[in-house]
Amino acid sequence: MAGERLLPVLSTLEPLFPTRGLRRGSVVSVAGSTSLALSLLAATSAQGSWCAGVGLPSLGLAAAGELGVVLERFPLVASPGRSSGAGGWSWVVAALIDAFDVVLARPPAHVKAADARRLTARARERGAVLVLSGAAGAWPEAAEVQLTVASAVWEGVGRGHGRLRGRRVEVVTGGRGAAARERRVALWLPHPDGSIREVVDERRAHARRVVS
Amino acid sequence: MSGVRTLVVWCPDWPLVAAGLCDRPAAVLIAGRVVACSAPARAEGVARGLRRRQAEARCPSLVVADHDPSADARAFEPVVVAIEAFTPEVEIVRPGMCAVATRGPSRYFGGDEALVARVAAAVDACVPAGAPACRVGVADGPFAAERAARQGLVVPAGGSAAFLSGFPVSTLGDVDLADLLVRLGIRTLGQLAGLPTAAVLARFGPNGAAAHRLARGLDERPLAARIPPLDLTMVAELDPPAERLETAAFVAKNLADRLHEALGVQGLTATRVLVEAEWEHGERLGRRWRLDGTGGRAAGALADRVRWQLDGWMTGSGAGTADRPSGGLTLLRLVPEEVRPDDGRQMGFWGGDRAAAERVARALARVQGMLGPDAVVTAVPAGGRSPAEQVQLVPWGERPPVEAGLRPPWPGRIPSPSPATVHRTPVPAEVVDARLSVAGGPWSAVTAWAGPWPVDERWWDHAAHHRRARWQVVTAGGTAHLLSQEGDRWEVEATYD
Repeated sequence: MAGERLLPVLSTLEPLFPTRGLRRGSVVSVAGSTSLALSLLAATSAQGSWCAGVGLPSLGLAAAGELGVVLERFPLVASPGRSSGAGGWSWVVAALIDAFDVVLARPPAHVKAADARRLTARARERGAVLVLSGAAGAWPEAAEVQLTVASAVWEGVGRGHGRLRGRRVEVVTGGRGAAARERRVALWLPHPDGSIREVVDERRAHARRVVS
Repeated sequence: MSGVRTLVVWCPDWPLVAAGLCDRPAAVLIAGRVVACSAPARAEGVARGLRRRQAEARCPSLVVADHDPSADARAFEPVVVAIEAFTPEVEIVRPGMCAVATRGPSRYFGGDEALVARVAAAVDACVPAGAPACRVGVADGPFAAERAARQGLVVPAGGSAAFLSGFPVSTLGDVDLADLLVRLGIRTLGQLAGLPTAAVLARFGPNGAAAHRLARGLDERPLAARIPPLDLTMVAELDPPAERLETAAFVAKNLADRLHEALGVQGLTATRVLVEAEWEHGERLGRRWRLDGTGGRAAGALADRVRWQLDGWMTGSGAGTADRPSGGLTLLRLVPEEVRPDDGRQMGFWGGDRAAAERVARALARVQGMLGPDAVVTAVPAGGRSPAEQVQLVPWGERPPVEAGLRPPWPGRIPSPSPATVHRTPVPAEVVDARLSVAGGPWSAVTAWAGPWPVDERWWDHAAHHRRARWQVVTAGGTAHLLSQEGDRWEVEATYD
């Protein structure tokens, strides 16, 4: 498994990445949606990879399980120490990058540029993927792939009736190199049936039904 | 969590008692070395670990016999029957020693001391004449109780750590670890117990942490023992019924191997196994054995014990003959009653890549060493209504006490999809005229909402009682929150982001 250069993502999330998967050794940042960050881990976790979470004390683990992350292989260091040395956030992330395939982490308010460079280099060297969740500005380096949830519309809930069932989001991709060209991908996150799907253009689907 | 209050009965020099040699200078050998000797032989200078020639040089009239574990077990059967008169839950640690949880029987017989006196009298009545008197001890947890039995003591509840503190680290039975500890200047269990838990785990790994728990008078593994799923019970039916021990033992060996394999697939090892047998004329007999082997040795150890037990029943002699079954063996069942993760020689976690799992375990041990054992957690699904209650966080390396709780209906449970952010402490909010302000922030219009889901939780507990309503609320920006309302106070419990 370590020899492969790509970690799989769910097929509906492949359009978000120029490589159609998580490239080992890369850094991916996700802004505006914790569930999008979690769903990036789902496919690789289901195939037996170990993922870890750092600095996410408020992570909804029931949601992680529903999105497809295998909780047995998803240990969490919810609150790393405050110090910048041993036991601090970047120390813990560095220790886990050595062993895990994917490390999902929320950077604290001020990550030093030197720490960020060191972690990026370490992930590259060890072939791990560092997924950064949270506000886009917290990470001083430019991540290889940057995903931002630009808009979200909830379905299934009305004015005092129904419940939250599905959400359509528009994800804007950016980044460096092949990912630099901005693209917009519309997704169900989640679809009312619980899965993650591409949004099919309603009018075109209707036209197709009429023709056939 | 301190250990389960345990009574241990120890019959000294049991291999010699079983061989009928305890009244003269005699020794029992395994592979040419003395493993047990009688009191007269000890008086002549014979000791454990001597070679046969050395022993015979010290005591020329020494009678030597090869060790026969199945004879030991056979002879021990009447003793177990005698102890079973006090409680049905007798666990055989090995022939010559067995353990009993004292909670029930002590209450019935009027305290630990009274129970000890009765058990000792009953056991002494059924051992062969001339055998040394048995010793009985009580302490918290089987490890401390075994030490107490050797001294014939009743250690008061909660006093096990103090009682153990003077023993040398070699008492732990882990030769490599004891050797290392002594070279580091840690000679007694008390010194080991004084070290911080996280440091012991980081320096000595899981074995060291287990030893540290024992030294502190706690059970070897907290929360680890659990009732296994039913399908691990192994059953063999014998048709025609087995009249001879060899036939039955052959079946027992296969059964033990199958059980060990089934446990191994799940990364478990059994620490207590119930051996049950049914006989041609309808008798049913059952006996519990305690096991401590891990990895490759466990299968052999289990098969031996089942064989000894069958030998005890089928060719039983002495006081136990009343219970001897009248026909052949028709059914044999092995029930693993207590299992724990087999972290001695783990062949890969959950069938994954073994090297990756070991790397993960090392990295997490490092983090735990720096931040404390509770800093690394894994989530286990649990029952509950709110998103926070639907998972339980368990420190890495431990097992949850019960895996039940999912099944009961949870009326008012928040339906899926679950929120991806569950605030550790709920964020205060204000709701006025279909507008929402979170933590004193700007007001935004509520465009859609669902609920209320009223809950009246823990009304039996004054301090934990909550009567509240939950709402799902979507604001103009497309953000959805889970709000809880208690009286006129609003809080954001979770956010669907």
